[in-house]
Amino acid sequence: MLSVFLEVLRRDLLLAWRNRADVLVTLAFFTIVACLFPFGVGSESNQLRAIAPGVLWVAALLATLLSLHRIFAQDHSDGVLEQLLLSPEPAVLWALAKILAHWLTTALPLILAAPALALLFDMEQSATAVLILSLALGTPILSLLGAVGAALTLGLRGGGMLLALLVLPLFVPILIFGAGAVDAHLSGTGAAAHLLLLGGGSLGALALAPWACTAALRIAVE
Amino acid sequence: MLEVTDLACLRGDRMLFADVSLTVASGELVRIAGPNGVGKTSLLRLLCGLAVPEHGVVRWKGERIERSRDAFHREVLYLGHAAALNDLLTPHENLRFAAATHGHPTEAARCDAALARIGLEAQRDLPAKVLSQGQRRRVGLARLYLSEDVPLWILDEPFTALDVDAVKDLAAWLDAHCARGGAVVMTTHQDVPFATPLRVFDLAESAC
Repeated sequence: MLSVFLEVLRRDLLLAWRNRADVLVTLAFFTIVACLFPFGVGSESNQLRAIAPGVLWVAALLATLLSLHRIFAQDHSDGVLEQLLLSPEPAVLWALAKILAHWLTTALPLILAAPALALLFDMEQSATAVLILSLALGTPILSLLGAVGAALTLGLRGGGMLLALLVLPLFVPILIFGAGAVDAHLSGTGAAAHLLLLGGGSLGALALAPWACTAALRIAVE
Repeated sequence: MLEVTDLACLRGDRMLFADVSLTVASGELVRIAGPNGVGKTSLLRLLCGLAVPEHGVVRWKGERIERSRDAFHREVLYLGHAAALNDLLTPHENLRFAAATHGHPTEAARCDAALARIGLEAQRDLPAKVLSQGQRRRVGLARLYLSEDVPLWILDEPFTALDVDAVKDLAAWLDAHCARGGAVVMTTHQDVPFATPLRVFDLAESAC
């Protein structure tokens, strides 16, 4: 049973490596969006420090959104998805493997790049650490919920736009708690509550999203 | 083995066919016939459980297929229109992945043998995007050479884009599968010389 999970994970990571330009484009998008804000709002460092967590979180969210269609679109168009749905192994396993591969190839590079961008906004070191932690705990929710949205909009005309309309509102709480964690840390109340909520949200999404995802995929291939 | 009763298929708001009843016993080779657009592919997708019928039941060994999906999927091999290949992976990688996700983890040597059997030895390590249409088809069909122990084969136009020798070879392999006690349900518009008596099921008679 586990072999299906590992096999799909291995294949998706291999594909991401062969198609690494896609991964780099997402990362470049994240960097550029984050870099645009100082030009827009001016270079006053207090102001930059104040908006940094929110800006980096919004940029991460948009970068994830851009990459969501990649999870299933290719497999849908070349028929691999049908074959996966005909697998005798539980569909949630390979769906989870695909979501994990997406997280590893999109969210993880963003998390690793975030400290460098935090420097750009002159964030304090402890605040950067909290930001990284909040991204690490919150981005799995983006991948999990996003995969459900991607599965629901699979094969639709204008699916990309619809996907954005569908999942962006769902991402609002994650944005609030993610960016809020850094503010809470800076104001001295401590970020624990926010981070725990993000972690809890991740676990909740982990428990539910793969099932919703496979149900949506079955509808999509019908 | 496979029993279909009163099957009806709705596509959009148009009824494609209704009252389709069909039994496939082991050792049988069944060809679903009918003009384009009559719903042959839709029927095959219903048979393997990829789509849900509007009405009617598909039973495998007496069990409804949606009740025992995993057990059924272990015993069925469906090859559709699309070859289910990823362009960035080699035929070998594609084949191994397909076999592994269907619960037949296969050692590399066996995949190589299947690829050699279907005439793709030289293309083993090329990305699938450089293959011709017929070669892509062959990569999909190579799974047949790894699936002797899967009893039911459902094949959608397996002979398209193949050259004459390959068609002959594949027909012989399907015959061998039926002789082993397996069953094949397929669609094709080509005249293929089978040794097994071919049962033709005309879907046009059930069209709405």
